[in-house]
Amino acid sequence: MNASGAASLEVAAMSKRFGANIALADVAMRVPAGTLHALLGENGAGKSTLVKCIIGSYRADRGDVLLDGREVVINGPRAARALGLGMVYQHFTLVGGMTVAENMVMARPDIPAIVNWRAERRALEDFMARMPFRVPLDRRVSTLAAGQKQKVEILKLLYLGCRFLILDEPTAVLTPTEADEVLRFLRGLVAENKLTVLMITHKFREVTAYADAVTVLRRGKLAGAGAVRDLTPETMAAMMVGTTLAPARADREPARGQPTRLAIQALCATRDDGLLALREVSLSVGGGEIVGIAGVSGNGQRELVEVLAGQRRAAAGAIRIDDQPFRFTRAEIRRHGVRCLPEEPLANAGVARMTVAENLALRDFDAPPLAARGIWLDRTAMRAAARLRIADYAIRPPDPDAPLGSLSGGNVQRAILARELSGEVRVLIVANPCFGLDFTAAADIRARLMQARNHGVAVLLVSEDLDEIQELADRILVMAGGRIAYESSAAEADLAAIGMAMAAH
Amino acid sequence: MADLGIAGVALALFGGAIRASTPFLFVSLGECLTELSGRINLGLEGTLVCGAMSAYGAALLSGSPWLGVLAAALVGALLGALHAGLCSLARVNDIAVGIALMVLGTGLAFFFGKPLIQPRAPMLPALPLCPGCHFAPLRAALDINPLFLIGVALAFVLHWGLANTRPGLVLRTAGDSGAAARAMGYAPLLVRLWATMAGGALAGIGGAFLSLYYPGSWNEGLSSGQGLIAVALVIFARWRPLACLFASLLFGAAGALGPALQSIGVHQGTYLFNAAPYALTLAIMIATASPRGALAGAPAELAVTR
Ligand SMILES: Nc1ncnc2c1ncn2[C@@H]1O[C@H](COP(=O)(O)OP(=O)(O)OP(=O)(O)O)[C@@H](O)[C@H]1O
Ligand SMILES: [Mg+2]
Repeated sequence: MNASGAASLEVAAMSKRFGANIALADVAMRVPAGTLHALLGENGAGKSTLVKCIIGSYRADRGDVLLDGREVVINGPRAARALGLGMVYQHFTLVGGMTVAENMVMARPDIPAIVNWRAERRALEDFMARMPFRVPLDRRVSTLAAGQKQKVEILKLLYLGCRFLILDEPTAVLTPTEADEVLRFLRGLVAENKLTVLMITHKFREVTAYADAVTVLRRGKLAGAGAVRDLTPETMAAMMVGTTLAPARADREPARGQPTRLAIQALCATRDDGLLALREVSLSVGGGEIVGIAGVSGNGQRELVEVLAGQRRAAAGAIRIDDQPFRFTRAEIRRHGVRCLPEEPLANAGVARMTVAENLALRDFDAPPLAARGIWLDRTAMRAAARLRIADYAIRPPDPDAPLGSLSGGNVQRAILARELSGEVRVLIVANPCFGLDFTAAADIRARLMQARNHGVAVLLVSEDLDEIQELADRILVMAGGRIAYESSAAEADLAAIGMAMAAH
Repeated sequence: MADLGIAGVALALFGGAIRASTPFLFVSLGECLTELSGRINLGLEGTLVCGAMSAYGAALLSGSPWLGVLAAALVGALLGALHAGLCSLARVNDIAVGIALMVLGTGLAFFFGKPLIQPRAPMLPALPLCPGCHFAPLRAALDINPLFLIGVALAFVLHWGLANTRPGLVLRTAGDSGAAARAMGYAPLLVRLWATMAGGALAGIGGAFLSLYYPGSWNEGLSSGQGLIAVALVIFARWRPLACLFASLLFGAAGALGPALQSIGVHQGTYLFNAAPYALTLAIMIATASPRGALAGAPAELAVTR
């Protein structure tokens, strides 16, 4: 690596298609050296595809990449790294079974045949001492929380001497505080002209606070670009969706005080490593009510949702629905109308290799009308039902026969939500429903949750986004250290007390 | 007499454990490497038998047992390459391929091994660690085959190498996350090819030990499922080479129990004692089973569904 300091990047006429689906059409972008550039666009607009074409993990059909004004051919990650180009993917690419130190050394292009761990550790510790955040070098990556993993990804690339850093939704899995910490740090490096950053995000707040310029994609085409100081969130939003439609909103109808539908009593559960994750959690959700659980990730929320989805066994305690014990049989789930949108829906609530239509039918393929022909599946009916839901939830591409795994992150989320909100729903458990969604999609999903509540569904909303909870919840709970540390009605909730409870652990 | 009886059993058990554990050791180290790269090769039983046959044949033809060992390693590596090659095709499942190769390997060995049943090939020599010992059972127990010592050394080398060398780190990366390996510019399929070939070569050497040292002949009943048990052993050892060594010794001791008791004249329940390794496999699998799915330490790319 001869050059040091920030690099500039230019993309010209980038095009890429997947079968009949045109993911990118003649996209151009300019990122001057020493700037922080944001790439915006709706779910499925082609943002991830564009950066993957730049870094060489997809082969573009057409298009040029200019680094520091010179045309470069990047045919793979090694070539990218040799040029000082690094990327943090939307899905983590750390090796879970290895320690942080091993991961950081592994990524080097020139690992010596025999690794001198003492020297490597000294170098790593020196490097870490200069960084604003610390990660434990000897922890296995699989035991780290999402925010820590994100930091390791970034630190790893900086350790490799990266001059141009691409981040695909780096803050989607971070809490606002963590996101600020990461972005402020990157901003500092950019200001020192050590690094150029290209960042994909859905959050206008981050764009206005940290970015210098934006490029906006819409359905695979360049929809606009400009300096952040000349733009407002409204103009950027208009570029993204092509019109200035006001996002959907559903108003809260007055609560009707229906009886308790979901009751959790002194629930205890352990994490995978055997430690206690839930300590006697008790709560109840009535019909027509949204109960929001706030808290920093890693305080038992994941385990709570897993228990409520039937994916993890409770160590003690009881779950009752309509005052009957609930044991997660398919018959009970159907009778009580229990639905769930867990975190990482592709892994936890979908089958990546099945088609969208099949995934949409997972709840009701074995009941009429889809199962009218005995044990034979009625594929025509299944596809027709899928088309309706695809149109209703604007899932793209609108193809019921595409495998779920080929959809962009946001569209997977919508597909699973479309399935979970259809039919007779009485209890709904949702975890971080708007992670990775663009602003229209997020507003749309929040409106649908509110609508469900207005129709009398009991909604338990687990979210790390406090704004989301404040907007939607009738009652706010805070989870810390596996316990419910705070409870209040939304009207009387006190932000300072919530913050205290969240940080108490 | 009872004292000598017990001492005799202990010595016979010790010597027997070392003898019987050697094939386990080589196959399990080989399988450990293969699985750490993210692939299961269930065909090592076939590789073992094929290795035993080729070793015997090559030793017979060349007159050198060590050339036999080399031949077994080569044949094992070839079978490993076949497994890896088939598995790199899209939608090919490594477990199914493994079972097919197990049958293929034994079949080939029986087919080409027919003329090898009668003649006597030169055997691998033992290293007498205590040639001056007067007590015969002790001397016999300390006659140790160099292959065992090589296997022990190999376990330590692998243990160290997996954490401290580039090939070790690349291997573990490919086994834990193919996507991460690709993002770093390594080709997981290539890594798995090498790992499966190395695993096959080691299993072949395990077979050579069977036909050229203990029991030291070629016949169709030579292997009694060591290749399969070794696969279970890797899981029991949690993919750690040193644990593979101890697990192999444990299984070797279990296998030596029957013969050791026979040597002092206990003939009751022979069949029961001979079944000890299999019973031990079951018992260990049940005892170490995890009620919550994924085992800690398992390479994440190992999957039944591919
Ligand atoms: N490997 C693939 N095979 C087939 N189609 C793909 C593949 N990757 C992306 N696509 C399609 O290309 C289009 C753009 O996807 P991309 O992942 O780039 O969107 P995105 O802008 O990153 O969206 P999100 O905000 O949801 O992450 C989508 O229609 C998607 O279905
Ligand atoms: Mg994306």
